[in-house]
Amino acid sequence: MADLKAQIIEQLNLQEVAPDSIGNDQPLFTKEGLGLDSIDALELIVLLQQHYNIRIANPEEGPKIFHSVRTMAVYITENQTVKA
Amino acid sequence: MNSGSTYITGSCIIRQNRVYLNGSLLWEADSALELPEFLRAGYDRFSGQYPKFHKMDALSKLGWLAAEVLLKDTDIHLLSPEQTGMVLSNRSSSLDTDLRYYATVKDFASPALFVYTLPNIVMGEISIRHGFKGENTFFVSDVFDTTLMSTYPAQLLAETPLQACICGWVEVMEQQYEAVLFLVENKQRNNAIPLTEAALSSLYQQKNS
Repeated sequence: MADLKAQIIEQLNLQEVAPDSIGNDQPLFTKEGLGLDSIDALELIVLLQQHYNIRIANPEEGPKIFHSVRTMAVYITENQTVKA
Repeated sequence: MNSGSTYITGSCIIRQNRVYLNGSLLWEADSALELPEFLRAGYDRFSGQYPKFHKMDALSKLGWLAAEVLLKDTDIHLLSPEQTGMVLSNRSSSLDTDLRYYATVKDFASPALFVYTLPNIVMGEISIRHGFKGENTFFVSDVFDTTLMSTYPAQLLAETPLQACICGWVEVMEQQYEAVLFLVENKQRNNAIPLTEAALSSLYQQKNS
């Protein structure tokens, strides 16, 4: 999950966020969490395609997949076809 | 011409890796710094604590930084959100970012770049930062149009609820950049000068060497 955190920081240009400061279960899209917005969500979709060759088939799954770094990691593990 | 009761109460010029506030040199960065590094250094010096800055394109960063400096010692925040507006202009519109976005399309189109493919987004970023909700307009012209910038903001201040207007020029194309922002108000403050075409032209030419 450390690699995934680093990829998220790079993809979303979170220059003032350290990987270690992101909790594995910290919500990504709430003010109490990382406070990401809708454009960040699109960038996370691009990240999954670029780094893990994963396309999200059902957009309604988005909130569940992108809830936290851990839920993203689980989804990647279950769906990855080609390692970047 | 103008209404006769509109004044330039502040100015910020950013060019050649230098930042001027009201005609005085405030900060000079290493001339070897390229635009992205210069903008980051300027953010660290004059602001910080605003992580969204890093997501902006260069045009928005430049305009945002100029507004940050222009407004830092003013009491503009005492006005209600609807009383501050903006009239900005430049030569290259958002072409610098348009080209960067276009370069991503053949691979993975970047949503983060796409949202900056309009020049008026810089005004949105400044408005979000300072809570402004007044009227704003962005013009594209080959050169800084002092006639337009001396009359239109004056008209807005005379005929609309606006009490203050940030106007000027914010241009970025590759490594070429320039920001010249003015704060114009109906109030005559210390060192304020009447908003005229000649005054804008003189201030714009200042520090341009």
